[in-house]
Amino acid sequence: MSAVTTTARPASRAGRGGSLGWMTVPALVFFLGFAVIPLIGVLALSFAQWDGLGEIGVAGFANWGAILSDPGLPHALWITFLVMAVSWAVQTPASILMGAFLAGHQRYRAVLSVVFFIPLLLSSAALAITYKALLDPNFGLGAGLGIPLLVQDWLGDPVLAFGVVIFVVSWQYIPFHSLIYQGGVRQIPRSMYEAAELDGAGRVRRFFSITLPQLKYTIITSSTLMVVGSLTLFDLIFVLTAGGPGDATRVLALDMYKRGFQANLMGPASVIAVILVLVGLALSLLLRRLGGRDSGHSQLEGA
Amino acid sequence: MESRTTSRRNFLSLVSMGVPLGAALAACGGTGPTQTGAGGGSGNATASTGGGGGKSATYWYLSTQPQEGVRTRTVERHNKANPNGTIQGTTFQNDAYKTKIKTAIGAGQAPTLIWGWGGGTLRSYVQAGQVEDLTSWFDQNQAVKDKLFPSSFGAATIDGKIYAMPCETLQPIVLYYDKRAFDKIGAQPPQTWGDILDLVPKFNAKGIAPFSLGGQSRWTNMMWLEFLFDRLGGPEIFQAVFDGEKDAWNNPLAIQALGEVQKLVKANGFVKGFSSITADSNADQALLYTGKAAMMLHGGWTYGSMSTDGGDFVSGGNLGYMNFPPIDGGKGDPGNTVGNPGQYISISSKATPEQKEIAKKFFAGALIDQTAVKEWVGTGAVPIIKGADAEFAASKDKDFLTFVYNIAVNAKSFAQSWDQALSPTAAEVLLDNISKLFQLSISPQEFATNMNAVIGK
Repeated sequence: MSAVTTTARPASRAGRGGSLGWMTVPALVFFLGFAVIPLIGVLALSFAQWDGLGEIGVAGFANWGAILSDPGLPHALWITFLVMAVSWAVQTPASILMGAFLAGHQRYRAVLSVVFFIPLLLSSAALAITYKALLDPNFGLGAGLGIPLLVQDWLGDPVLAFGVVIFVVSWQYIPFHSLIYQGGVRQIPRSMYEAAELDGAGRVRRFFSITLPQLKYTIITSSTLMVVGSLTLFDLIFVLTAGGPGDATRVLALDMYKRGFQANLMGPASVIAVILVLVGLALSLLLRRLGGRDSGHSQLEGA
Repeated sequence: MESRTTSRRNFLSLVSMGVPLGAALAACGGTGPTQTGAGGGSGNATASTGGGGGKSATYWYLSTQPQEGVRTRTVERHNKANPNGTIQGTTFQNDAYKTKIKTAIGAGQAPTLIWGWGGGTLRSYVQAGQVEDLTSWFDQNQAVKDKLFPSSFGAATIDGKIYAMPCETLQPIVLYYDKRAFDKIGAQPPQTWGDILDLVPKFNAKGIAPFSLGGQSRWTNMMWLEFLFDRLGGPEIFQAVFDGEKDAWNNPLAIQALGEVQKLVKANGFVKGFSSITADSNADQALLYTGKAAMMLHGGWTYGSMSTDGGDFVSGGNLGYMNFPPIDGGKGDPGNTVGNPGQYISISSKATPEQKEIAKKFFAGALIDQTAVKEWVGTGAVPIIKGADAEFAASKDKDFLTFVYNIAVNAKSFAQSWDQALSPTAAEVLLDNISKLFQLSISPQEFATNMNAVIGK
């Protein structure tokens, strides 16, 4: 962009800069069209009164006042945070272990990595419907196989329903994060392991002293994806529990949908959407801060 | 075949409509629209459907069988009779449809024919000016109006004007029971609410769930409250809520009714894990016909699906049914009923004049003709068309049809389902609180307080 305006620069450099600037246009147009403009629309709607059908009226700060004083908001925020934290705590260790395991070049590991990848290929809605059928207390897996332990009120008990959501989310996304970690582990120079081996370090010691520290940036990337992803988690929960029982699994995104599309309150729903955007931005900024500050610092010292 | 291009075009317009809705609608997985080809493959229809969108009306309706089949065949009959003004049908699953139709209407992409349940949702369409006022059309076509049950017009009438064509069937909520289960414990079907509470431990002792319930769908739980309110205090309690009276839910009888249902939940009156069961998958009906549950309070429409899915459960005479029993000391008339007094089709005000003409032809023609009456009777339901009982004699479901017909004719009050009668905003809060009430996570008084906050909204 700057190359176009600063004519003082040599022609060849301006030409190169110009061609690069041009290349960002498609991405910018998409970003403007599908992110920035709708976002402005949502911000405007959060100050409006609209039932999704008729005329849009001005509401001022009424929606914001109503939502911020609604006891449903802290509850939804808390559930969202819980989903985020628990699914991170479940997924991260599992993904690191699986990623490190799959990074080996043995053939059976290559086969396994294809098998592990399958859940990611399935759509969340299809997964949710399948799990719902499997977990049905009367006609599901437990009843069919005659295993009383599996016959639980899986989606009707608040704690169990929450657990099921975490389980299905993890089941679906662990393969994806394993893939990221697999790539990360493969980038660690072999010489580091060889040196450690010479010093007499065992498998476990090598994992904790080399693999894990070397994966620092991979962990940050994967965690950012997990945290922001669980913020917008919607389809799976919607089909699986519809936010129930009661409001035990009603995350922010679901709360927004229910208010907007089921209760015809587009204004308050937009307020929640704005809150979601703000929380998401804050979180990804925070995560960048956590690991990104010394990104110039080399991790390969001594390798 | 030229009709293929038409259906693809319609499909594309559906897709383009879906884009702004984004992931939200993708979430309603497995509920994708299913096109039923206009003209049903008959050669004479293709010429007109290829002619352009203006000459063909669109119609969205629900996909549950056997009702879907009747609707599809009704459209096909219309298309055969009117090759120059055909209707193109698209089907949706029940709960997904409610959201989709609302979004489509708000986006100005509504189908010509808007199928629905009347009441509060219809009112929101009317307030937004999205549906045609049909009052004058009914005045001009008195014959059409006279053909239908007068009680069916209540939910189609908003502020004295008619905005929808009542159609299809009367669907009162019925208490179904499995005669085999009653034989097993050697008991008689309940005559009062007290009997119900007495039966609960007896069934539980035999390992049979007293009541089947698809609690995740929430409106299924609501049917219990509708009857308990009515039997305890008559239709006036809910009418006060509907009329927007302040603190109407605080009525002591309302609190008592809410307490009664919690009593039943606490006594394990409902099948274990009922909050995990949805009505959309018909798992609640399956519990009854597989003998896992003894009774079920459900809509009249489930009779049809239990006959189709339940093997010889219905044909073998194992299914019993009755109106909800009275409560000792209750003020409500035990003849009253609740449910859907009919289904409703409105005409979108955004449709072209040609499409509106096609729709009106459909209303006066195939929708309520004698074949439609026969087809609906064939599904085990009572059409809202007068004199439909003449068709019952030939039906294998004669007894059930006569039972429903008598309920409808004799009921002093045929109340519309609450979630349909209230505005969508209030209905959502209602369903939410009902689910918590059945979860025992709120008390009757908390329920009343939460609901009072949305009265008149």
